[in-house]
Amino acid sequence: MDRKLLLEHIGVEGIHTHDVYRKQGGYKAVEKALKSMSPDDIVEEVKKSGLRGRGGAGFPTGMKWSFIAKPEGVPRHFLCNADESEPGTFKDRYLMEKIPHLLIEGMILSSYALGCNQSYIYIRGEYMYVLQILEKAIAEAYANGWLGKNIKGSGFDLDLAVTTGAGAYICGEETALIESLEGKRGNPRIKPPFPAVKGLWGRPTVVNNVETIAAVVPIVNEGGDAYAQFGIGRSTGTKLISASGNINKPGVYEINMGITVEEFIYSDTYCGGMKNGKKLKACVPGGSSVPILPHYLVCKTAAGEDRLMSYESLSDGGFATGSMLGSGGFIVYDEDQCIVRNTWNFSRFYHHESCGQCSPCREGTGWMEKVLHRLEYGHGKMEDIDLLWDIQRKIEGNTICPLGDAAAWPVAAAIRHFREEFEWHVNEPKLCVTKNYGLVTEKKFEPVNA
Amino acid sequence: MSETNPKFKVTIDGVEVEVDPGTTILNAARLIGGDVVPPAMCYYSSLQGSGGKCRTCLVEVSKGSEKDPRPMPKLVVSCSTPIMDGMEVKNKSSEKVMDARAGVVEMLLINHPLDCPICDQAGECDLQNLAYEHGKSTTRYEFERRTFDKVDIGEYIKLHMTRCILCYRCVYTANQLTDQREHGILNRGDAAEIGTFIEKNLKNEFIGNVIDVCPVGALTDKTFRFRSRVWYTKPMDAHRDCKCCSGKAVVWMIGDEVARVTARKDQYGEVKEFICNECRFEKKEKSDWTIEGPRHIDRNSVISANHYEVEAPAHTPLLNKA
Amino acid sequence: MSQENIQLPEDLLQEVGRQIAKFPEGMQKSALLSVLHIAQAHFGHLSEPVMDYVARLLHILPIEVYEVATFYSMYDTVPVGKVKLEVCRTGPCMIEGAEKIVSYIENKLGIKDGETTADGMFTLKTVECLGACGYAPMLQAGEKFHEHLTEAKVDELIEQYRNNPKANYLGL
Repeated sequence: MDRKLLLEHIGVEGIHTHDVYRKQGGYKAVEKALKSMSPDDIVEEVKKSGLRGRGGAGFPTGMKWSFIAKPEGVPRHFLCNADESEPGTFKDRYLMEKIPHLLIEGMILSSYALGCNQSYIYIRGEYMYVLQILEKAIAEAYANGWLGKNIKGSGFDLDLAVTTGAGAYICGEETALIESLEGKRGNPRIKPPFPAVKGLWGRPTVVNNVETIAAVVPIVNEGGDAYAQFGIGRSTGTKLISASGNINKPGVYEINMGITVEEFIYSDTYCGGMKNGKKLKACVPGGSSVPILPHYLVCKTAAGEDRLMSYESLSDGGFATGSMLGSGGFIVYDEDQCIVRNTWNFSRFYHHESCGQCSPCREGTGWMEKVLHRLEYGHGKMEDIDLLWDIQRKIEGNTICPLGDAAAWPVAAAIRHFREEFEWHVNEPKLCVTKNYGLVTEKKFEPVNA
Repeated sequence: MSETNPKFKVTIDGVEVEVDPGTTILNAARLIGGDVVPPAMCYYSSLQGSGGKCRTCLVEVSKGSEKDPRPMPKLVVSCSTPIMDGMEVKNKSSEKVMDARAGVVEMLLINHPLDCPICDQAGECDLQNLAYEHGKSTTRYEFERRTFDKVDIGEYIKLHMTRCILCYRCVYTANQLTDQREHGILNRGDAAEIGTFIEKNLKNEFIGNVIDVCPVGALTDKTFRFRSRVWYTKPMDAHRDCKCCSGKAVVWMIGDEVARVTARKDQYGEVKEFICNECRFEKKEKSDWTIEGPRHIDRNSVISANHYEVEAPAHTPLLNKA
Repeated sequence: MSQENIQLPEDLLQEVGRQIAKFPEGMQKSALLSVLHIAQAHFGHLSEPVMDYVARLLHILPIEVYEVATFYSMYDTVPVGKVKLEVCRTGPCMIEGAEKIVSYIENKLGIKDGETTADGMFTLKTVECLGACGYAPMLQAGEKFHEHLTEAKVDELIEQYRNNPKANYLGL
C-alpha cells in the first residue's frame, strides 16, 4: 500500500488553487458529507478510522471529538493548531503551503461533525507567507460556496478565518493556543476544565493539528474502515514525517505506518541513507521532545525486532529503550555530532520557550541549560550529570502543561544512553571543545540512576 | 452517595471528610485542618483565576474515586483539582509528594535573593516557612541569580521584583478590585516580571491590597519599610468608620505607635475583607482606630513568639526596637 | 514620536478592521496579535505610544497590550534595523552549520547577535526553530524564508536587501 492519502496530488501543477484541487477530486468529501451524512456519522467514521492526533500526543481523534460538551444555545468552536514549532517538524507548513484546500476541506468536515459554525486556523506568526496562501484559498472557498451561509444548500453555515501567533512554541499547547487566540499571553490553562467544556471564550472547543484535520478528508471519502486498512495495529493510516539531519534526502514524506525505520532511513524512496557515507549515531524520531535513541536502538528494538514507523513500535521498550512517534519530526545524527551539544541546544530551546507560569519549568529549564552549557564547554563536573538527572526528574510530570516533560525527556534520554559521552566531556575538558566523542559503543541497557 | 446526602467523601492522609461536590482537594484539606493541608503559594481563594502555578500544593491521588478507583498517573495540584466521591489523597504521607515539593522549593529558591535578614516580609513570609519545612540548607545552584532593580509603583508601594515568585496574585487582585489594571506580567519564562512597562504609579484606592496578597517580600508597604521586624510589633484587631471599605483591619503597634496597617488574614494567610489605601497608609494614629484586642496569628510562629497576646513586661528587650 | 503622530494610514486601518471582523462582537481583543503585527510593520517597532494606540484601537487596557507584546518573540519593543535577519539556531539547523552562518554574518556586518548595524539597515537575531529543518541552515527576513544557506548565498541576500530593504511583515 504505497498509496498516499494526503499528498497524492501534491505534484499536480496549481494544486494550491481551488480549481485544480477540485478537478483532482477536491471537496468531494464535503459534498458527500453534507448530502448523505449526519454530523454523528462523520464522528463515527473518524472513530472507525482509528485516527490519532498527529500533533504529537497521538490521542484518538474520534474520542476527543466525542468529549465536546453541547449545552443548549452555546456556540462551539473548532480550531486548527497550525502553530507547528516542535524542532524537527515542518510537515504542516509543507501541507498548508502546497495543498491548502485539503486543510480547508478537513476544517469544513470537522466543523460540520462537531456542530461548529465559526472555526479558526491559528498559525504561527513566522509562517506569515503561508497565512497569505491560506487566506487566498479561503477566499476561493467562499467564492465557490464551500464556506459561508447555507453551504451548497445543506443548511450548514460555516465561517472560517486564519489568525496568527507571534513567536511562541508554547502556543502549540491547546489551551495556550486558545489564550493566544483570545489576544492574551500564551499561558497554558490549568485543567480542568478542559477545552471540550470551556475553551475559546469559555465555549466548548476542539483543537486539532493540521495533519489530523487533513486526514478527515480521506476518511470521509473512503470510509473509516478503508482508512484503517492503512497502517499497522493501532497506528492506522498514513503519517507525514519531517526528515532532517545528516541524511541524503531531507524533506516531508507521507509514509504508510508500519514500514521499518531502516527502510525509512536507508531507502531511496525516503531519506536515501546517511550523508557522506557516515555512520548513524543517534536518532530523534518524533521531534525534539521525544527521547533520543542511540544507533543500536534505532532500527531494532531492545528485543531485537525490527523497529517500525508506528506509535507502538517507536515507543516499544518505554523510555528505557524506546522513544515516541510524537509529531513525526525525524532527526538523524551521524557519528560527527555531539550529543552534549545537541542536548544543550534543545535545552536552550525549552528555556527560551517556557512561558514562565509554573515554577519547575520556569526555573528548571534555565538551570538545565546552564549546566549543559558548562559541560559542553569543558567546565563541567562529574556531579553535574547527576544534577541534571535530578533537575529533569523534578520538572517531569510536575508542571502545568507538557512543555515541562518535553524539556525533561531529551535530557533524561541523553544521559540514559550517552552517559559516557557526558563523562568524557568532564574528563577531557580541553579536547571536548575541539573534538567530538564519536560513536557510542553498543552496550546492554542499564538504567541510570533508577 | 445517597440521594439525600449529595456530599462527596474524600480521605486525605487517612483522615476522612465529607464535602460538597466541586470542592477542591485543597479546600477539603482545609476543612480537616492541621498537617494534611498542603501549602499554597499562588492559590488565593478569593481571587478568581488564582492557583495552579507554583506547584507547591501537589498531592498524590492514590484512588481516583469510588467509581473509578485507579490512581491518577501524575501528582495533581490540590488547589485546582476537584474531589470525586471516594477519592483518596496523600499529602504528607506520600514520599513522592514530599520529593516533588522539595523540588519545587528548590526551584523557587534558585533565583531568590535569600535576603531574609533585610526583608520586611521575614517572619510572615510564606516562602520562608515553606523553605524551612521543605527546603535544604545548601544550594546546588552555582550560577548568577536573576536580579531586577527595585521600583516604586506608587506613592506607597515598593516592588522588589528579585524576590517575586510570579504567583500572579497581585495581578488578579488588580483585575478584581480595580477596573483599570495598570500592572501585569511582562516578558516570559524566567525573564518574566511584574511591572507596569513604563513607570507608572498605581493609583487605585484599593491597590494597597497587593501588598497583603503577596506571599513574599516583593511588594512591601513603603510607610513601614525597614521600620521594624514584624515580630517586634504587636498586631491588634482594630476598626474605624470608613466610607470606602469595611474599616476592619489589623494595626501593628510599636508601643503606642501604629507602625503599619494590614487587612485581616485568616489562618491560611488570606484576606477576607480587603481594605482601602486610606485605612492602610494614612491612618497611622492610634486615635484613628478603635482597638479591639490582640490579633491571634497562628501560622506565623515567629510573630506569636512575641507573646503580644498577654501583657508584656515593661523591660522586654525585644519590643520597640524602631 | 509624539502621541499625535501615531496613526495608521487608511489602508492599514481597514486591515485592522478586517482582522477585528474575524471575531464575534465583543471579542475584538482576539485581533490583538494581528494588529500588533500590522503596527510593527508600519512603525518599525512597538514603542509605548504605538502600544497605547493599539490599545485604543481595540478598546483594551494598555497593560493588556504590554503583556502580550513582551511575551511573543516576534515583537520588538525597541528599535531594530530595516531588515531583520533571523537565523534559526535550533537542533537540525545547528547540525547543518547555523553557528557558522551566524559568525559569518556577524563578521560581515560587524555586529553581534541581537545588534543593529550603525546605518540602521540590518539587525541580526538568532531565533528558535522556524520549521525549515529539512532545508537547513536557514534564515528568515521579513516574511521570507531563505533556506539551504551558504556563505555565498548570505552575501547575495545582504546585497539584495541593502538595495531594497523591503523585508517587512505583511509585504509592507
